[in-house]
Amino acid sequence: MSSALTKSTKVLIRPQRGVVGLNFRELWNFRELVAFLTWRDILVRYKQTLLGGGWAILQPLLQMLLLNLLFGEVAGLPTGGVPRPLFTFAALLPWNLFSNAVSDASRSLVANRNMITKVYFPRIIVPLANVLSGVLDFAVAFLILVGMMVYYQFAPAAVWLLPMYVLITLLTALGVGLWLAALNVHYRDVKYIIPFLTQFWMLASPIAYEASSIFERLPQQWQWLYALNPLVGVVEGFRQALLGIPVYSQDMLWVSLASASVMLVSGLMYFRSMERTFADVV
Amino acid sequence: MSYAIRVEGLGKQYRLGGSQQAYTTLGERLGAAVTWPVRLLRGQLRDRAETVWALRDVTFDVKQGQVLGVVGRNGAGKSTLLKILSRVTDPTTGFAEINGRVGSLLEVGTGFHPELSGRENIYLNGAVLGMQRREIAKKFDEIVEFAGVDKFIDTAVKHYSSGMYLRLAFSVAAHLEPEILVVDEVLAVGDAEFQRKCLGKMSDVAAAGRTVLFVSHNMSAILRLTEECIVMERGQLAFRAPTREAVDYYMSSSFQKSGERSWAADEVPADAAPFAPVALRVKDPNGDVVETAQSRQPLEIEFEYTLAQPIQGLRVGVYLQSMRGEVILTSFDTDDPAAFEKYGTREAGRYVSRAVLPANFLNEGQYLLGVNASAFRVRRYFWDERALAFTVDAMGAPGMHWPEPRQGFVRPLLDWTIDRVGAA
Repeated sequence: MSSALTKSTKVLIRPQRGVVGLNFRELWNFRELVAFLTWRDILVRYKQTLLGGGWAILQPLLQMLLLNLLFGEVAGLPTGGVPRPLFTFAALLPWNLFSNAVSDASRSLVANRNMITKVYFPRIIVPLANVLSGVLDFAVAFLILVGMMVYYQFAPAAVWLLPMYVLITLLTALGVGLWLAALNVHYRDVKYIIPFLTQFWMLASPIAYEASSIFERLPQQWQWLYALNPLVGVVEGFRQALLGIPVYSQDMLWVSLASASVMLVSGLMYFRSMERTFADVV
Repeated sequence: MSYAIRVEGLGKQYRLGGSQQAYTTLGERLGAAVTWPVRLLRGQLRDRAETVWALRDVTFDVKQGQVLGVVGRNGAGKSTLLKILSRVTDPTTGFAEINGRVGSLLEVGTGFHPELSGRENIYLNGAVLGMQRREIAKKFDEIVEFAGVDKFIDTAVKHYSSGMYLRLAFSVAAHLEPEILVVDEVLAVGDAEFQRKCLGKMSDVAAAGRTVLFVSHNMSAILRLTEECIVMERGQLAFRAPTREAVDYYMSSSFQKSGERSWAADEVPADAAPFAPVALRVKDPNGDVVETAQSRQPLEIEFEYTLAQPIQGLRVGVYLQSMRGEVILTSFDTDDPAAFEKYGTREAGRYVSRAVLPANFLNEGQYLLGVNASAFRVRRYFWDERALAFTVDAMGAPGMHWPEPRQGFVRPLLDWTIDRVGAA
């Protein structure tokens, strides 16, 4: 038989204790399930909506208009000499990828309770698929940005850096999503925390304002605190790669990257250590 | 001959949630306060809650190609055993060794999404069950044909009838072709024709030399499909023998024949709360609990239970079954629309739901009573399909002047008329 599971036919089932690593080989064997679940999440995302995939276009545009109205027309914050729509939209790209991925992933285990209590597969696939399915919306939004850049006749500065920043966004979202998904299994409080958390996190990220405006207000030795938010580094990176706005400090990018790595690794470890209780508790 | 499954000392302990912690000293209290964040993260806040062993020290093996039946009452640990063997949940003690791909029919339709079409769900469900895309593609037509849903294959499954949905779901699972098939009560659903198909599929699997672990309450299916059985009792393996012997053991050991079945607190599954069964009784017209009821007399079935909290839309009912598990009737205490209106929400308290079977109703023989407490399409709080066995004596029943056994479960005195409609 030619199945994913027959490759390792002998399975030993025993109690697991302590810290368990990620079984990459097993994950690889289940790659088709990752693809299928991602595909399912994309298929059902806009089912039974009037506008369908149109939401992927409309949502970021409306967000941008609102933010521009508030932070541009009302508050009059500077944009580093870039047209405000481009300035905001370039930041909304990674932000929406991140926030959608986090909120979808954190609900994912509970939403797929029925699968988790019936069939075995590496549980990490469920939040992972949720994070990956957000990439399509990101791609749609990216095309809009390309259109806007053509309209404003703005040439991208260092577009080859983008894939790296997208990857950092995804991995950070996965790390945070894993934490919240695993916590949500035991404590449904997470459901109520998420809207608050994403709101707070958005304001703490330089979406509608320049990162430098925060950095400059902080004493030198405390600037790293702001950069602990990986989205600070990512948004700065996006604006640098697409719009040529220089990053405030290269060091701060490293802080963001380090913080993102900590979130990812700790999320993986916590998720793996809680995994064995999911089916009993969810 | 090699083993497909080898289980040794397998145990599973569950925590019962919701009990308050009892700290005796200030030191413990402080210690608990200090470690609180750690325990919060590890999900161990309920550390001191009561625990139960759903499965304890179970040891057995299944040879390659063997069809092993698993019988036992509800809560005996059958489902927990299957969940561990299909790796859904981890054991607390012991280990199990599995040789080969396990296909589980624990519950069919896992991963089905209502918004997706039948075609999309076949691929998705196949992937969830561990099939690869080309494997599914190869069997796609066969799956559709077996399910008999070819006309609706591109319709969202939320528009399917429950029968179609189930057939499609089972069909995917049945085409998984695992080396070890684990079946749990799937045959309890679907129409007779489909059940026959399922049983046929299972015997095919067994005939192809694959290992089957078959859990069922349906003794006739167990007798037909398995050669050997294990009997589970209170989380432990009580008996292993050739099927006929094991079924006899199960039948004689696991039913109380006192005319009353009562539930001790530790026999009630934790997830039944706020519902808790107290006792099920069979009574004669004098109100006495009887083991043997008279067919010519009315028979009262009494189910006593408590509700710790109000439950909306609760219905409490009984299944009357033959000893082989064929259901003769199902009846709920809110079948009557007036009662249904009146008990929209049942307040907390102690209740007795009573039903009277009329006189001249049941034929002589042994019967099983099952109970069910559920809110329709919301939740099944408690059920025990084989709660109590009782005997019916046909003395004085219609037709007893011919001393011969009579076919059928019911023995009513029908309203016959005999008219002479003409000369010969």
